[in-house]
Amino acid sequence: MKIAVDERGYYGNFGGAYIPEMLYPNVEELRQNYLSILNDEGFRKDFDHLLKTYVGRPTPLYFAKRLSERYQAKIYLKREDLCHTGAHKVNNTIGQILLAKRLNKKNIIAETGAGQHGVATATVCALMGMECIVYMGEIDMERQKPNVERMRILGTEVRPATSGSKTLKDATNEAMRHWINNPVDTHYIIGSVVGPHPYPDMVARFQSVISEEIKWQLKETEGLESPDYVIACVGGGSNAAGAFYHYYENDDVKLIAVEAAGLGNETGKSAATTTLGKPGVLHGSRTLLMQTKDGQVVEPYSISAGLDYPGIGPVQAHLFESGRAKFYSATDEEAMKAGILLSRLEGIIPAIETAHALAALEKMTFSKDDVVVLNLSGRGDKDLETYIKWGRY
Amino acid sequence: MPVILTKNRIEQLFEEKKENILSVYFTAGFPKLEDTAKIVKYLENSGADIIEVGIPFSDPVADGPTIQESNKTALDNGISLKLIFEQLSDIRKEVKIPLILMGYINPVLQYGVEAFCKKCVEIGVDGFILPDLPLQEYLDEYKTIFERYGLLNIFLITPQTSDARIRRIDNNSRGFIYMVSLAGTTGAKGDISEDQVNYFKRVKKMNLNNPALIGFGISNKLTFNRACAHASGAIIGSAFINVLKNSKNLEKDISGFIKSVKGIQ
Repeated sequence: MKIAVDERGYYGNFGGAYIPEMLYPNVEELRQNYLSILNDEGFRKDFDHLLKTYVGRPTPLYFAKRLSERYQAKIYLKREDLCHTGAHKVNNTIGQILLAKRLNKKNIIAETGAGQHGVATATVCALMGMECIVYMGEIDMERQKPNVERMRILGTEVRPATSGSKTLKDATNEAMRHWINNPVDTHYIIGSVVGPHPYPDMVARFQSVISEEIKWQLKETEGLESPDYVIACVGGGSNAAGAFYHYYENDDVKLIAVEAAGLGNETGKSAATTTLGKPGVLHGSRTLLMQTKDGQVVEPYSISAGLDYPGIGPVQAHLFESGRAKFYSATDEEAMKAGILLSRLEGIIPAIETAHALAALEKMTFSKDDVVVLNLSGRGDKDLETYIKWGRY
Repeated sequence: MPVILTKNRIEQLFEEKKENILSVYFTAGFPKLEDTAKIVKYLENSGADIIEVGIPFSDPVADGPTIQESNKTALDNGISLKLIFEQLSDIRKEVKIPLILMGYINPVLQYGVEAFCKKCVEIGVDGFILPDLPLQEYLDEYKTIFERYGLLNIFLITPQTSDARIRRIDNNSRGFIYMVSLAGTTGAKGDISEDQVNYFKRVKKMNLNNPALIGFGISNKLTFNRACAHASGAIIGSAFINVLKNSKNLEKDISGFIKSVKGIQ
């Protein structure tokens, strides 16, 4: 199936650029330039060089023997958790900071939920010597103190978002307001495949290195480029977009997206957008959105701050609507158990976001020869406190 | 079939009045849930020329702190688009001046665009300001419906909008153009700067088809008069919200504020 953004910035029924006129020049500048910059040979060279020497790519494609025995399939883990800063997020921030430089931007802003994207942005800003302000919900700042301090150590100013529910969606609102108030010289590094066109496509292209590597790595070990399944968790959907990217048009590869069901989809304490959401407009795109019948955005819930977002990227909404990807959801309980299981079987403590993808293994049935690639999007160091609070290990 | 007005009240106003037009924004359901219709009436009685009724939204990205807070209060009070329509259902028995609904697109989408337009015509709403509905999306999907109901969509321009785009917006506008005075979200910023005046002059020189009203940062008689020197009038929002927020007597305070802005004793 062809999954690509059209000229108007849509994936099927989802996408577009629903932005106030104040942001039009900024977004239009990006739209007009991003493809030529991304395709520029010099840019590719700089990007690839940093991914290799700074991020530590290619990340291993690791055959998880004991996990494979447990689920009776050939399970590979794509080790994005081994990227510098501990998650796939840095693939995108490296790309965007290089792009910002080419657009002669002087200042960087970003939003962050759990702080992973904030840290990845603060990191590349330190690397490039650029001024950086990260907006973070006041409540998230309280919940994720170590990441706040990591950003500060890196020289970034962390500004609390004190409006609304004081979490990721409000941090995104504040970052957009900052951009409206500072339209010249500032680039906004959005952390997922969300936001107005061209962000979802641009971020997906930066993250597509994940599936690019999976293809040749799998060829080396299995003798074929395409697995039977690719599994990834979805908050906004950037790690899934990266892991799926080069397989969109190969219908033999089943794409599995896993959302956070919090305390359970029927409890109202969930972040499973494809189950609970309806089409709507937030943060610049038309997508699936958790909202009241009056169109007010609902605050989602998940134990994982990185999946705690009321929408999903337009490409994910399209993958869901078209049936190209199959969507599962995993509760807090299921995810935590899956996280502990991976720790015990493979000696890898995953990020709790990633643990949701692992929980899907429990819900699926495989044939013994099925080749499964699970995108291990992040490591669990940042989640130690949550694991400790959980306690059952 | 919807009743289509032969002439939209907004267009009629601009035909009759060429200067010092005062448009006032307030958030429906604020400060108290049941204040919406009262505030509309008091505004007309006090001499406002256009009223923009704000549809509250959980995530108003183009708004500064004052209007954000009023949105939140109104939502906490229990306001919804459906309730706004109920509150305004008899408004045309008393109020004659143009009424505009202003808000973000998502609540409108959930209500249903066609149903929304139908209800607006029934009540006597004249047009919309939907800041996160950009020109291209409007042209592709909304224009035909809005026009079928005789409802005007008012577009924003900003100091960063290129001349070519201003032309394009002007060519697709009816009623007036909302000239955002500065690069920023809503709310008072003090006096009007030299840069802003240059931008007003640049736009004036373009001789647009549509008249313009200047909004964002207009808060009192001084800034209103300065804006009126460069356009057909101006829009006040946040400053009026602050009046409402602190008011013990809405009728008296609204009248006092509008008169002070217009310089009427």
